[in-house]
Amino acid sequence: MIKKGILLLLLVGFVAVIGSLLINFTGSKELNPLARYYAENGPAEVGAANLVTAVVVTYRGFDTLGEVTILFIAAAIVGFLLKVLNADNGRPNKLRKTSEILETASTLLVPTIFMLGVYIFVNGHLTPGGGFQGGAVIATGVMMIILARPASQFNHKLISILESVSGVGFVAMGVLGLILASGFLNNAFLPLGKLGNLLSAGAIPIIYVFIGIKVGSELTGILNSLKENQNEI
Amino acid sequence: MSIILAMFLGLAILVLAITAIYHKNTKVAIIATGAVGLFASVLYLLLAAPDVALTEASIGSGLSTIIFFYVLNKIRHSND
Repeated sequence: MIKKGILLLLLVGFVAVIGSLLINFTGSKELNPLARYYAENGPAEVGAANLVTAVVVTYRGFDTLGEVTILFIAAAIVGFLLKVLNADNGRPNKLRKTSEILETASTLLVPTIFMLGVYIFVNGHLTPGGGFQGGAVIATGVMMIILARPASQFNHKLISILESVSGVGFVAMGVLGLILASGFLNNAFLPLGKLGNLLSAGAIPIIYVFIGIKVGSELTGILNSLKENQNEI
Repeated sequence: MSIILAMFLGLAILVLAITAIYHKNTKVAIIATGAVGLFASVLYLLLAAPDVALTEASIGSGLSTIIFFYVLNKIRHSND
């Protein structure tokens, strides 16, 4: 009884807090000072048509580096805990045969998905999306390969080399910005170009290509180490 | 029109999320979690956040579902 009363009291309190927030909410008609600064000076300072990218890669580029590091650590821990087993452990691999529809569709869809992922991160400074989204889409393509052909093997060495090279490249672009332009991850050391062109916004396309490859290879590595551990027992 | 669609999507997300929590069969619960991600990505698109929608569609409904299934399979093997 007391438990139910406390629960009811909690719920009423919740409704009171959220309801008062909802009633007093009035959407502001104009941007706040920080957002206005980004909107007015972003195109001139950064040269990216997609302002979200300008904020994510340049103004708040350090945060992005932190996010990439978090994902890297997560992938590293998954790879560490699920250590790779020998493929030939004497047991026959019992894999259920995949449906013919999936197998046939994957030959058509996988290259398209990869191309979409590359498109997303190459055009990160022009259209919605960017390195993270593109990398995740590429990993979805790898997932489809695994679903359609469970016996396929991926090269661990290639994945880790791609991952390390793109990580080092990302930090190197940041340091180049520190040396040649005004600060860490400043993109203005390359010509900004014309707003809206594919080759514009300084170093943003290069940084996004690095991030895309890094995220894609990390997620692929996670999927791959989980897949190879399924054959145990 | 779009507000009706948004309400429908919100309701679907709610129902699927409750299914994911309370369903006895874990496989169904995992599928429901993936479907939550799928509906949420459409909702994000309606709310003018296409980049978040891309992330949600690929990670929320694609990758995390298959990772859940892999982990479920592994747990079941080690419980036998």
